[in-house]
Amino acid sequence: MARRVAGGRLQRREARSAYLFIAPWLIGFLVFTAGPMIASLWLSFTDYSLVGDTKPVGLVNYEQLVQDPKVATSLSNTFVYAALFVPLGTVVALALAMLLTKVGRASGFFRSVFYLPVMTPAVAAGAMFLLLLNGQRGLVNEVLGWVGITGPDWTTDPAWLKPSLALVSLWTVGGSIIIYLAALNNVPKQLYEAALLDGAGPVRRFVSITLPMISGALFFTVITHTIAAMQMFDQAYTMFYGPQQKATASDESLVYMVYLFQNGFQFFKMGFASAMAWVLFLIILVITVIQVRVGNRFVYYEGGSTR
Amino acid sequence: MSIETRTGLPSIETPPPPDASDLEVRRRPQRRRLTVGLAGRWVLLLAASIAFAYPLVWLVSASLKPKSQVFDNRLVPETVQWSNFVEVWDAGPVLRWLMNSGLVSLMAALTVTLSSAFVAFGFAYFRFRLRGVLFGLVLATMMLPGAVTMIPVYLIWHQLGLVNTQVPLWANNLFGSAFYIFLMRQFFLGIPRELFQAARIDGCSNVGLFWRIALPLCRPALIIVFIFELQASWSDLLKPLIYLQSEEYFTMPRGLKQIVDGFALSGEYHWEIAMAATLVATLPMIIVFAVGQRYFMEGLATTAKQG
Repeated sequence: MARRVAGGRLQRREARSAYLFIAPWLIGFLVFTAGPMIASLWLSFTDYSLVGDTKPVGLVNYEQLVQDPKVATSLSNTFVYAALFVPLGTVVALALAMLLTKVGRASGFFRSVFYLPVMTPAVAAGAMFLLLLNGQRGLVNEVLGWVGITGPDWTTDPAWLKPSLALVSLWTVGGSIIIYLAALNNVPKQLYEAALLDGAGPVRRFVSITLPMISGALFFTVITHTIAAMQMFDQAYTMFYGPQQKATASDESLVYMVYLFQNGFQFFKMGFASAMAWVLFLIILVITVIQVRVGNRFVYYEGGSTR
Repeated sequence: MSIETRTGLPSIETPPPPDASDLEVRRRPQRRRLTVGLAGRWVLLLAASIAFAYPLVWLVSASLKPKSQVFDNRLVPETVQWSNFVEVWDAGPVLRWLMNSGLVSLMAALTVTLSSAFVAFGFAYFRFRLRGVLFGLVLATMMLPGAVTMIPVYLIWHQLGLVNTQVPLWANNLFGSAFYIFLMRQFFLGIPRELFQAARIDGCSNVGLFWRIALPLCRPALIIVFIFELQASWSDLLKPLIYLQSEEYFTMPRGLKQIVDGFALSGEYHWEIAMAATLVATLPMIIVFAVGQRYFMEGLATTAKQG
């Protein structure tokens, strides 16, 4: 009995110390996350605009959001961009990582080369690729010309703006390459030897061993890349928006975050922008839940349990 | 018994078990195919390396060309025009921007490293009732799009009169960041508990455990977090766009965006100046990578294992 009391006191002391350590995060969470979440939810039902009176407007922002064709356009642009980049980025990164598994010590050199573009600030990458992707004289189309392909007007043809954005993102896929390579190196070699004994071909070995064994890393990158792609801003804004933007410019490069930023900080329609933000949150939430559901069916966790 | 088993085999000295010989037969052609495969691997990897690295090489070249040649895609400029960099200096307070970016990203990295480690230690070392729930909350915030809190957080800084200063660009980092807390916690969990117990017996306080034992043992992890945040903060465009209005407070990417808008996308289309500025914005990160690349690779490999 006495011991139990002492244990309880110890536990309480431990808890007190624990809260001391996590206090910074708790305070930050309340002030910069939870509080603002509630505030932005409230703002989304008002016509708040930094200056002037604010009054609650009920669902008006959400009604406008549904009716505004630009919201629909920007949402579909974002989906198209994500649908282009996430699968393409995953496949390219995985292919390069697999190539790297059997080149021995040289892989260090290649890893550095593949990672270098990640270090390039997004604005810098966007600016460079505006030139590299220039329809008439850009390097990309020149190279395509060598093999007889007439490249499109990447940065001006409305149909090619999203592929251009995906291409710039693809250039910075080095982080995934390194994550996949580490995952591939963690696959026990005996598994391949056993499969070889059973006469499994390379395709079979890839599908039955490699994919399941690295599924955790694949799952992680696909989810984080999707969440990031839905919030794509820097490159799109650098390449296609800003003061030089022509009024007649195509909306085909208008991704959701750019339109949200314009509404919130250029038109100061902060209530409307908050409503947009909450819609984005819900969309990301639904996508992530679906991905987790689907993922749990395929992802192999060491030890067998689903975490 | 031994005689009986030996009789059926061709040679008494080296009786290869049937399984092993089978393996040899299958392995040999596999190995030969591998050398052809290895050559293909190298060709593909070199091609990919060129695709990843060439844009940066091209950037160096483009930044040195005169206006009439910036589109010629030659690797070595026909005429080297160093004055582009002088033009960049005149295009804006570039040195100021570089220093601003340096200061902001150093502050961001320093604060986030210390606070995240502090909080992570709380989650790793202590046992308390709400640990699971609260840590789940930490992880959940990773999924929250920044847009949801963006406007109210702006209003907080607005109320505090800190808009158009650089404080909002890093001050949130005082409260830790979910992904880094997660990462650091994994490292702390790897420290044998006996170490802490021994120190405790020697009269070490909780903060002492953190400061004198956990931190020194996790130096690589601290460097990883520091260097990742340094890069992320340097590259960011959205926050500087939201918070900084006066040119003299701009970060380098924000300034670069202004140069690209003003010189390359409008006016007289001086792409060579924009490219020189792009190089100036990129170079510091290339240096950071050159110095700390080991930690970038290690950090990503750890991410793969946690995924």
